[in-house]
Amino acid sequence: MSDAHAHHDEGWVKKYLWSTDHKIIGMQYLFTGMLMALLGGYFAYAFRMQLGFPNQPVPGFGLVSPNEYNALVTNHGTIMIFWVAMPVLIAAFGNFLIPLMIGCDDMVFPRLNRLSYQIFLVSALVLLASFFVPGGGFGGAWTAYPPLSSQAKFSLTPAGSTLWLLAVALEFVAFLIGGINFVTTVMNSRAPGMKWHDIPVVIWMIVIASIVFMASVGPLVAGAVMLLMDQQFGTGFYDPIRGGDPILWQHLFWFFGHPEVYVVLLPAMGIVIEVIAVFSRKKVFAYKMVLYTAFATGILSFFVWAHHQFVAGIDPRMANVFTVTTLLISVPIAEMLFVTIATLYGGSIRLDTPMLWAVAFVAEFLLGGVTGIYLGSSGSDIYFHDTYFVLAHFHYTFVPIAIIAVFAGITYWYPKMFGRMLDERLGKLHFWLTVIAFNFIFIPLFITGAAGDHRRIYDYTKFPDLARPELQNLRALATVATVVMLSAQVIFLYNFFKSMRSGKRAEANPWQANTLEWLAPSPPPHGNFAELPTVHRGPYEYSVPGRDLDYWPQSDPPEDDAAPDAAPEAAR
Amino acid sequence: MNKPIATTRSASGIPTGRLAVWWVIASEIVIFGGLLGSYVMHRIGHPEFGDYAANTNTWIGAFNTLVLLTSSLSAVLAHQAAERGDGKRAAKLLRLTMLGGLTFACVKAAEWTMEIGHGFVLSTNAFWSFYYTAAGLHALHVIAGVVIMGIVAADAAKGRELQRVELIGLYWHFVDVVWIFLFPLLYIAK
Repeated sequence: MSDAHAHHDEGWVKKYLWSTDHKIIGMQYLFTGMLMALLGGYFAYAFRMQLGFPNQPVPGFGLVSPNEYNALVTNHGTIMIFWVAMPVLIAAFGNFLIPLMIGCDDMVFPRLNRLSYQIFLVSALVLLASFFVPGGGFGGAWTAYPPLSSQAKFSLTPAGSTLWLLAVALEFVAFLIGGINFVTTVMNSRAPGMKWHDIPVVIWMIVIASIVFMASVGPLVAGAVMLLMDQQFGTGFYDPIRGGDPILWQHLFWFFGHPEVYVVLLPAMGIVIEVIAVFSRKKVFAYKMVLYTAFATGILSFFVWAHHQFVAGIDPRMANVFTVTTLLISVPIAEMLFVTIATLYGGSIRLDTPMLWAVAFVAEFLLGGVTGIYLGSSGSDIYFHDTYFVLAHFHYTFVPIAIIAVFAGITYWYPKMFGRMLDERLGKLHFWLTVIAFNFIFIPLFITGAAGDHRRIYDYTKFPDLARPELQNLRALATVATVVMLSAQVIFLYNFFKSMRSGKRAEANPWQANTLEWLAPSPPPHGNFAELPTVHRGPYEYSVPGRDLDYWPQSDPPEDDAAPDAAPEAAR
Repeated sequence: MNKPIATTRSASGIPTGRLAVWWVIASEIVIFGGLLGSYVMHRIGHPEFGDYAANTNTWIGAFNTLVLLTSSLSAVLAHQAAERGDGKRAAKLLRLTMLGGLTFACVKAAEWTMEIGHGFVLSTNAFWSFYYTAAGLHALHVIAGVVIMGIVAADAAKGRELQRVELIGLYWHFVDVVWIFLFPLLYIAK
């Protein structure tokens, strides 16, 4: 080939750091997200040790001071939501899967895509920098309520709180750019023949999530500008003494913050539905219903935010309204879970590692959803507010989303991403250890929370009135389980990196799935498909009566149904 | 770099660029919506904001409104010229729009200098905080629009990327519409 071509292929930096290829950008997001997850896990380890075994030096960290404790808790939450769940679930899977699953060669704005990752990387670096400035990292919780967050005399982190805010704002910009790219790509660049109802559920979910994000984050961007000015330029937006209102932040934050839950939930649900259909060899139960339900969830998610302010002094009549909307939103979510169960029913189920993760998602998320009912009801929330019950509740939603569903996705698409198979035995070991340890962390915390443990106390021995020594064993149990769960991830990392070099070579379609990404070679080359596919049917035509093969790829021409050997290059 | 096939497809029938600009505008609407919503809530809760707003200069605001709205006219005419394939004329008209944007920014700078001279600064009280933040965020959009328009005009003059003339026009109208909300909220309601 020509010099220009050689120039393109040369250079690690150009290929892996300056690429406009959607798959490379997806990998950049995935690896950045994984690194940040390790950091977030390390933070959890440090503060859990302080809670389980107070005031003893933590191996690998040292003695946790009160300010450090606050910074650890705050940044654990911030990192896990904004630098793990968002980049992995939306950006990594979105970038990798959208062009492949809709049958085209790249995103519609490849350079904008690269810019989005670069802004995201800068945001991560700004966050990391905030730990090393005088005063240390921000410690006002990931929700950053003023006046604690707005004035240095309260937060004690004059530089850390501003850097934290800047990092979050930059992250929003990266995801706004990425989201516009995703939505536009799916609207305009689908393969010929792919109608709205031929788009796989996971792609729909990423698109709906991007739109919900776009529509909800604006007020918080405005709110963040106002908080930044309160911190640095002496304005009083959130200062009641000067005519401001601290509750305003809570409204702006949660107007984004609650839809954000669904922004990460929907792609996770999409991954799970995708995996469950393939490993049950059955058509997704009620595909269109899932779609409309997801839209309904997206819309309803804008009307529940004030359930975070039940004790912040909102009008009780308003609290009633938000109780109703909050309880209502459990209906579409429950429906989606029932859809996964109905898809399982009567299928020929294969329990490979991705399927284990997908089924675990359904079981564990259910617990998170059910406990939410207690918190969405304004009466019982007055008791449960800010206890470990709340904490256990949202970890039972976020861990299934950002950990369990992500592992379902990674183990399912790994052969496509890297062209090799993961080790099944190590995968199953990792699965069982992670899921069992996860339950041992948060079931005890449900119990301590219901007994009244407040979630923002760094050392119970300093507060004898609240100490409840009989609960200390449960706190220690949760800590030990945290250590087990984190250690189990070593197995995953070993499996992940070892299989990349020496795993069994993957065929183009190792799971016998229908969607278009399995038509491309594993891993797909630049440009993805040898010949861009045309779509002839929906994505979930499994076990169609009268066919020899129990799957029917979307791109197979209709004449082929009698001659399976002519069908997919996947079968080779 | 070869253009990916993805950039050439149009399954929805709407050109990709126009589609993306509409999504940008949608995300901007909620940003300004959040800010102005917060302002309106404060305004309702604090009748004294009216007294503070009495210190703004309605005539300067009205002049700027006139300038900005008029500049949208040349943006529309530029689009028309670009549709005809007349890049040179489109560039000329876009530069006229830029002149409007720059006039707006200069008048705004003079106005703020005057107000700061009278002691009304960012931290005076919540009204002035909102005044500078909202108008400042809008002014940043005006300046960004002028810069992008300069790039689009330079291309259009050479007959390249003429579809972008329409796109920057869309954005410019959005910036106009935001000002139409800001002007009565900050200047007229006293």
